[in-house]
Parts: sequence; structure tokens; C-alpha cells
Amino acid sequence: MAIDKTSQSMDSSILGHFGPYGGRFVPEALISALDQLNDAHISAQADPSFHAELTELHKTYSGRPSILTDAKRFSEHAGGARILLKREDLNHTGSHKINNVLGQALLTKRMGKSRIIAETGAGQHGVASATAAALFGLECVVYMGEADTKRQALNVARMKLLGATVVPVTQGSKTLKDAINEAMRDWVTNVEDTHYLLGTVAGPHPFPTMVRDFQRIIGVEAREQVLALTGKLPDAVLACVGGGSNAMGIFHPFIGDKAVRLIGLEAGGKGVESGFHAATISGGTPGVLHGTRSYVLQDKDGQTIESHSISAGLDYPGVGPEHAYLNDIGRAEYRPITDDQAMYAFSLLCKSEGIIPAIETAHALAGALEIGNELGKGATLLINLSGRGDKDVQTAAEYFGLPL
Amino acid sequence: MPTALEDLFTKTKAENRAVLIGFLPAGFPTQKESKAIIKAMIDGGVDAIEIGYPYSDPVMDGPVIQAASEQAIANGVGVDQVFDLLKTSVEYGVPSVVMSYWSPIEKYGAAKFAAAVSDAGGSGVVTPDLTIEESELWKSEASDKSINRIYVVAPSTSQERLPKVSSECSGFIYAASSMGVTGTRSRVSISAKSLVDRIRTTSKTPVAVGLGVSNKEQATEVASYADGVIVGSAFIKIIQEHGAGRSGLKKIKQLAAELSEGVRSAR
Ligand SMILES: Cc1ncc(COP(=O)(O)O)c(C=O)c1O
Repeated sequence: MAIDKTSQSMDSSILGHFGPYGGRFVPEALISALDQLNDAHISAQADPSFHAELTELHKTYSGRPSILTDAKRFSEHAGGARILLKREDLNHTGSHKINNVLGQALLTKRMGKSRIIAETGAGQHGVASATAAALFGLECVVYMGEADTKRQALNVARMKLLGATVVPVTQGSKTLKDAINEAMRDWVTNVEDTHYLLGTVAGPHPFPTMVRDFQRIIGVEAREQVLALTGKLPDAVLACVGGGSNAMGIFHPFIGDKAVRLIGLEAGGKGVESGFHAATISGGTPGVLHGTRSYVLQDKDGQTIESHSISAGLDYPGVGPEHAYLNDIGRAEYRPITDDQAMYAFSLLCKSEGIIPAIETAHALAGALEIGNELGKGATLLINLSGRGDKDVQTAAEYFGLPL
Repeated sequence: MPTALEDLFTKTKAENRAVLIGFLPAGFPTQKESKAIIKAMIDGGVDAIEIGYPYSDPVMDGPVIQAASEQAIANGVGVDQVFDLLKTSVEYGVPSVVMSYWSPIEKYGAAKFAAAVSDAGGSGVVTPDLTIEESELWKSEASDKSINRIYVVAPSTSQERLPKVSSECSGFIYAASSMGVTGTRSRVSISAKSLVDRIRTTSKTPVAVGLGVSNKEQATEVASYADGVIVGSAFIKIIQEHGAGRSGLKKIKQLAAELSEGVRSAR
């Protein structure tokens, strides 16, 4: 199948490099576990029974394929461009995160490990991990920045109900970056029986490649669905970018379709020029963070700068190395979306389509308004609706000044 | 020409004892006090100093060094303070190295960093998160400046991989005593001895053991089989508990003296 060829052609060396990006910058203690994981991933990819098991889970547990929604009323605000929403919000647990989690949970079983650890920002990856742990009978510990446990309190409760232990992280900026540090420390110590179920296309090899492989299904399905519905490929594919997993998942099968623009929307916070943002590619520089070389928000000494975003899931000063590469070779574009732009689009989708999106996802919707107005009538935009907004009701109510 | 660090290991080998290496993050708790702490370590009998470059995301470090690094960064410590402290430590008369995560080195420029270490009289750099696969650049830049490149090996490093890492090390090979992060431990893991034994089958470079050594008994035990003993968190804890005033410095010197006795009485 043509789509699969494009996916493999992007595959990097065994060291997981994407041009100058990617690789492994980790304590030596983790190398054997990363090698074991890479081997497990490669052998699973070549094993039809693995694919059969994962496909069965998608069909009977998480609810794939996810549908495509023609957002007609929302389109009126986007210069008349046709807006198609890939509904990852309808997956079990409410976001795209479950796609990667189910894949890695199966690998955990294949490696004979009994415990998973995960980091989470918005809580969506933590909830998905806790869910898979319950389903497969694994012990689950989720690290979450203390600041995020407050703004995503609903998801903390969900994880606990699912039987996971949630550890609030009080170091540093108390957000996703610090949760990843703590998860790495746990992993270095307990690597014998523990799999680190990383939630995005960042971190040391093989995570960027492996997580992408588990998220590609979004783009594979969407490409067929758009072709079936419109008879042609979309003009642009849009997704929000935190670490970059939902974006890489929908972009990847389109990489070989040169006429299709791939556009990632980063968290512009209060504006990139204000310094209060999480727009890593738009406002960062190449560097090393969390085991990989990519764009990073950092100062002249290589110290990580704290990121800022209204959205916990995008509040991260790094980004997946493959995005850095796609940006540099000009295959994908990245734009910042401010908190205010995102919240405007959030409200618009609620009222025009009856869909409450995650605030992360609202950044992609704001991008759709911008790009739609640039391209105008006749253009078709495919948007990854990465998650639903139940977890964000509190934040949104505060933003809009609604009494709760 | 051998580095001062290599000369030290040659000397202690002739004396049939292990080297005692003290670790401190630059600028902790302040730049001035970090100099006094290093002085107290040396006065107590520490043979070599490892200066930590405080970094925002130290995934190899436990709570003690994390807190010290955070404090140093909050005080504005950067690359200038690291090299200033390195120079001071060398002037105090002991071989000195820098320990740095890769991000600050890459940002500063690998060649410039190696040159600055060399210019300050430093003997080398310990790189805890630079895997040998990613070290081509560092290898060429650092060998140019004839400083030691010191990598960490872990109990999980496979027998097949071990010679690949150990052959890239000079000065010493940093053996992580156990699977985990820095910090004091009630016991030094038994995996330390077997790791050192495994390294010996692949390399003649001296082996120093770090992670979890905090008192005389542990130093003595490790010094019975390793060429070097690295102590960090135990010193930092003293400062965190007693400050860097007279009583704190006295306790630093006292711990250094006990550890020093330990490495001298081990064999
Ligand atoms: C709904 C949703 N979308 C997007 C993201 C951002 O992650 P990524 O960039 O890896 O897709 C998150 C992360 O928590 C999320 O919950």
C-alpha cells in the first residue's frame, strides 16, 4: 500500500535520528531498557498476531475507526473553507492518547514487565495509561506536575478511580517537564520490572518512532475517509503540537503527498514575544532535553526555560524531534496560537457544532480559522480533533467568567 | 602528556590505595561558599574534585543534588561560575573535573567547553547523559584539548556493550554502584563490586565508584576493590543541614577526613 511506503521511507537509522535531531541522551543505565523496547517494537511490528490483537482492541475497546465530521457551521467562520474533523475525542478515555497507550501496553506484556509509569500534563495520557493498566492487570504510577493536578483535577480523580497511583511533582515548574524528570528517575531505579509508557513523540529513541507508529492510524484512517468523502486529498492537515503525537499521527501518512500542507499549531500563550508561551519550534532553538535533540525553550546556558500555556497538555518546553526535522526541511509549518485565540475557537466549536473540544485541540481549531481565511472557499482542511473538553470545563468557566 | 588526574591514579596505585573524589555543584549554596567547601574537603583529605554544572533537568540526580542545583541556578550560577570554581579548585592543588549534562555543553559549544576546561587547568569532564553513540563531536573536540572524557557505566550495561563504553573513557571509568539516581544509601549495592569486576575484564583504565557512598564504612568497602570512591550527596546534605558557616565547614572537613582514612585503610 502506497501509504505504508511513505511511512517507512522516513524511518531513521537504528539510533533514531531525524537529520540532526533525535537520538539518545540518557543515563547509561537506561540503554539496555531502550534497546529491549526497540527490539520488542520491531519484532511486534513484524508480527501479524500483534497487529491482530491491537486491531481487535481498537475495534472492541477504544472504538476505532473514529469518524470524520463535516463541520459546516464552524466552516462559515473559516473563510468558507470546508473543515473536516477527525474525531479522536470520541475514543474511549476521550483523546488520541489511548492509541499509543494500547500499543505500548501490549509491548509491556510482551517484555514481561508488570508495572507501568507515565507522565501526564492534561491528565489524558495518565487516564489512558491507568485505563490500560486496569485492562491488562498492570500496576500503574502516574507522575503529574502539582500545578497540573490542580487545573486538571477531574482527570486526577479519574486516574485514582481506575486504580492508579498519582504522584504530584513539586520540583521545578511543577508541570509536564518536571513530571517527565521524575518518571525518568523512577525508570532508572526500577527498570527491571517497569516500562516507562511515554505519552508523546519525544524522549530518547525508540519513543519518537514507536509512538508515531502507534498514532499513524489517525492519519491512515483520515486519509481514506477524506478521499471517500471528497474524492481528493485535503489542502492542509492541521493539529495542535505539545510533544507532537497527535500531530505526527495525522501528518505522517500524508508526508509523501507533497501538495498537502502539514500545519502544526503550537501554544503561543500570551504571545511568543511576551516570553510566556510554549511554542517550541516558533520560539525555541535546537538543543537537548529529555533524552532527545530537538527544538527546546532554553537560555544561553542550555537551561530549560519554563513554558506557559492555558492548556496543560501543550505546556511543554520541548517537542518531538521528527517535527523539528519536518520544520527544517520545510515539509511542515508551525505557527503559534495564543491562549485567547484558542479560547475563542473553543467557544466557537461548542456553539456552532455542539462539540466541546479539549483546550489543546482548540489551538488546532484556531489554526483552522486562520488558514481557512487565508485559503478561502474551495479549500478543504482536515483537523485532528485530538480530545474532548470535559476535563477543561473548570478552566473554561473561569476564563469566560461563568459562575460554577 | 598525562592529565593531573591520570598522574593521581598512577600515584595512588603505587601507594596501593583508592582515590577519594568529592563532588559539589558550582555556586552551592553561593559561589564564595562553594570555594570554602571545596577547601574544607581538600583539607580533610579529598584527593580530587568533581564540580557539578547545575542543570535545570538533572534526571540522574536524587533530591539532595536536585535541591542544591536548583538553589545554585536560582542564584544565577552559569558557565562562568563553573569555570571559576574549577580554576580555584585546581589552584588549591588537586586534580579537578567538571560534571555536566550534555545540554549546557552543546549550547556553549563543545570545542569551546573543552578549551575552557583545559584553560582552567581542569583534567576532564564527566558526562552522565552523553551516550557513546552521540559522542562523536565531543570525542574529537575533547581529544584535541587533551582532557579526559569520563563516561558512566551502569550495572545494566551489557557485557557486549561494556568495552565499547570503557574504551572511550580516560582518566577513570565512572561506575554507577546501583540502578538509580544520586543520593545517600544505607548500603552500597552489591552490584557495584560485580560491575567493577566486569569492567576490569575489558579495560585497564582506573574505575571509580559513585552513587550512594556516604560514610567511612562504605568508602572502605568500595576502596577495597575500586580505584576511586566518589562522594557527593553526603557533603551537600551537611551544608543543607548545617549551612556553610564554621560548623558546616568543620563537619565537611571531618567527613572528608573519615572517608580519607577509609580509602587508606581498605587494603
Ligand atoms: C487532547 C489533547 N491533545 C493534544 C495533546 C498534546 O499532546 P501531543 O502533542 O503529544 O498530541 C494532549 C496532551 O495532553 C491532549 O490531551
